[in-house]
Amino acid sequence: MLRYLTGRLLRAVLTIFLVITFAFFVLHLSGDPAMMILSADAPPESVKAFRAAWGLDRPLWIQYLAYVWNALHGDLGNSMRDGRPAVQLVLERVPATLAITVPAFLLKLVIGIPAGIYAALHRNSAADRLTMMVSVAGFTVPSFVLALVLVLVFSVQLGWLPSAGSDRPTSAILPIVTLGIAGAAILARFTRSAMLEVLGQPYIRAASAKGLQWRTVVVRHALPNAAIPTTTIVGFMVGTLIAGAVVVESVFAWPGIGRLLVSSVSNRDLAVVQVILLLVAATMVTANIVVDVVYGWLDPRLRRGGARGR
Amino acid sequence: MTALLEVSNLARTYDVRRGRWPFARLATLHAVDGVSFELPAGRTLGLVGESGCGKTTTAKLVLGLLPASGGEVRVGGEALPAAHSPHWRALRRRMQMVYQDPLGALDRRLSVGRQVMEPLVIHGAGSTAERRDKALAMLDAVGLAQHHFDRFPHELSGGQRQRIVLARALILDPQLLVCDEPISALDVSIQAQVVNLLLALQQKLGLAYLFISHDLRMVRQVSHEVAVMYLGRIVEQGDPDRLFATPAHPYTQALVSAIPTHGRARKRRIVLPGEPPNPVDRPAGCAFHPRCPHAVERCRIETPALRLLADGRRAACHLAEQIA
Amino acid sequence: MRALHGIDLEVRRGEALGLVGESGCGKSVTWLAALGLLGGRARIGGEVLLEGRNLAGAPVAELERVRGRRIAMIFQDPSSSLNPVHRIGRQLGEALRLHRGLEGTALEAEAQRLLDRVGIADGKRRLGDYPHELSGGMNQRVMIAMALAGQPDLLIADEPTTALDATIQAQILELLAEIRRETRMAMVLISHDLGVVAENTDRVCVMYAGRIVEDAPIDTVFEAPAHPYTRGLLAALPELEGPRRMLVPIAGVVPEPANLPPGCSFAPRCDRRIEACGHAPPPATELAPQHRVACIRA
Repeated sequence: MLRYLTGRLLRAVLTIFLVITFAFFVLHLSGDPAMMILSADAPPESVKAFRAAWGLDRPLWIQYLAYVWNALHGDLGNSMRDGRPAVQLVLERVPATLAITVPAFLLKLVIGIPAGIYAALHRNSAADRLTMMVSVAGFTVPSFVLALVLVLVFSVQLGWLPSAGSDRPTSAILPIVTLGIAGAAILARFTRSAMLEVLGQPYIRAASAKGLQWRTVVVRHALPNAAIPTTTIVGFMVGTLIAGAVVVESVFAWPGIGRLLVSSVSNRDLAVVQVILLLVAATMVTANIVVDVVYGWLDPRLRRGGARGR
Repeated sequence: MTALLEVSNLARTYDVRRGRWPFARLATLHAVDGVSFELPAGRTLGLVGESGCGKTTTAKLVLGLLPASGGEVRVGGEALPAAHSPHWRALRRRMQMVYQDPLGALDRRLSVGRQVMEPLVIHGAGSTAERRDKALAMLDAVGLAQHHFDRFPHELSGGQRQRIVLARALILDPQLLVCDEPISALDVSIQAQVVNLLLALQQKLGLAYLFISHDLRMVRQVSHEVAVMYLGRIVEQGDPDRLFATPAHPYTQALVSAIPTHGRARKRRIVLPGEPPNPVDRPAGCAFHPRCPHAVERCRIETPALRLLADGRRAACHLAEQIA
Repeated sequence: MRALHGIDLEVRRGEALGLVGESGCGKSVTWLAALGLLGGRARIGGEVLLEGRNLAGAPVAELERVRGRRIAMIFQDPSSSLNPVHRIGRQLGEALRLHRGLEGTALEAEAQRLLDRVGIADGKRRLGDYPHELSGGMNQRVMIAMALAGQPDLLIADEPTTALDATIQAQILELLAEIRRETRMAMVLISHDLGVVAENTDRVCVMYAGRIVEDAPIDTVFEAPAHPYTRGLLAALPELEGPRRMLVPIAGVVPEPANLPPGCSFAPRCDRRIEACGHAPPPATELAPQHRVACIRA
């Protein structure tokens, strides 16, 4: 197990490293930070001075090596915009993002999984068809459209909730609901098909033939098996906790990481973008490892080492 | 005269990991371990044994679908060329395979006619009209009607699908058909139809069959010779009537007695203890000795060779004469 | 779509009854229907009497008391009939707790005794195994142990050896026979293999396209089969001994359940059919005591 985990961690580090490298070159080759930060009609001397100050006048590969060297020593650079360490800038925004993504994640679980299970258990009933219709709508409508519809209804028409910003506690409600609905729709579909697959398995019929009540068959025999494929999609959702709200944060002017990412990209604030990407890659990779461990826990067939020597 | 198919000392090993650790110790699995037989043109060799005994691996080795780890396959006197070489492709026209699951072997999206003609297209034989005529003749030969030409596999029954697979295998006029459990997926009343068809085609076209099955009764029905396999080796080989009536090897005896029949009361069933061991942990000496009711000390130490018995059959058992 | 067309059959206490037929003839559906295991979309007519009590249309709670306790089932594919995520011990224990109310050490002891009874050595360790760690034959033994947990009066064995190798099939059939000798439990053995049924039952019902076409003691079926389909099945089977003879196949194919011919379902494939066969399904008539046939030409 230890050796297995070590291998996974090494691969995780490699993945993160590749993401950073890729992002470094794409960002540096796609636009000049000096122009963005100083504006296009800045005098050539100040552009030159800016470049020299940030080391942008050196060859790209030297800049890259310097960046990696500094990163390995814990220095991920400063924001070109206000000069503070990029890490600090990004971490300041994390609580705001989590404040909407975590409740949205819980909303997805609480609505999506029970809806999927219910639909599967009442296959082809009116309730099943309705659930699936809502679910299709939920994940085909882009989140900015959904966000706008919610704003129109609850802010403009009814005037119950603020349409943007973060100044009131109720401001978080619409972003949370927007994120939650789309995720719940996807999760409901996944759970339903996982559940239907399991309910068709011979061991479900065998468990009923044993004399168990249907409730018990569902809870004890169907759900643990259906949980295995569902874990994949839930794991993916955990991976998006940090950066899954870019669009929604922009629409609702929510001061989270997503908005910071959008503004930093358009400003070519390289260090900040890099830190955000690093954070995103790290959460994704961690979520993946957690999913794998959970898999092994849920499905004895995937357990490694195990008693099955031979 | 050389036989159509000569197999000598054929072997196939796999390296398998013990346990699931990435760096676990490797072990060698002998899937097929020194199998030899000859199959003359126009005859049938039945290959029987339980799952994992190496029947199917043997079939794939014979056709060159798997590279052998040792031994030799000769077809019409010449060694089997390297797989996928032009020479091998030419030779493969003479050797076709029929699988257990006809639906899996057919392409659902292609009409019956297209599939039956496909081998001709691949080998670039004949004009379009000639191919069509040949395919219709083949459908007729396997007992299907002209109107089946434009049907699709899912519109036909299991027995009819297996006939299509046969028609497709036969359209290149092969001399050898390797049939891997060709009737196991079919219902009893349909099995007899397909078996009779195979026998009639053999009479008419002079085909040789390597007929693999776990159904001893069907194997006896079609075979001129039978080989019984256990853990990658042939343990008994000979004339089917004699072999099944008075099996010489204790494994064959158990296999024969395990077939449920009406009127069993006359004979006691031999119930073997345990299950076939994992081929990775092949027992020393005779691989069958842990389950054999007759095993003696010698069986634990010395691997018995497949040897000729007085009545003309072969058995790999030290005690064949005593326990017959 | 109608899968069954009026199945009448009776299993007596301690009896072994064989149910033979080809795929799709309804031999498994019959028992799943009787125990209410077909799911919500199946509709069932007629009655299923267990010692005089009608199970058809009975409340679910009553059916649940019958399942496993009075009538237990084992299935064709033992490895997928066991839940892959639970240990053998847990699945066996579940049945013991449900039917016998056992707990703790008594439960463990009984589970071990049952595994021992079905020929699984080292039961204590095996209880901690998952189904994928055991072979198909071993899993079928576990299924049998689970069926025995409720001490049922009747065991429905649905193709219990079809997925197993010949020598393992022999072991399982031997085990079932042994258990029946000990417990006097009745058994319905569902199989496509006449040989399996012949060796292990006293009486056989031959099914074709959702109907029972012949019901007779096993010797009668082999020595004096009356229905043309039964005769056809026997003629289509090769033998292992004696001179080889040409097999006589049954012409044509089994009709689709949604598309049955009017009259006798077998008529289109039958070599003895007359015009009247196409008019109405033939009723079952008693040819001799204990020998019923649904054929007007028998």
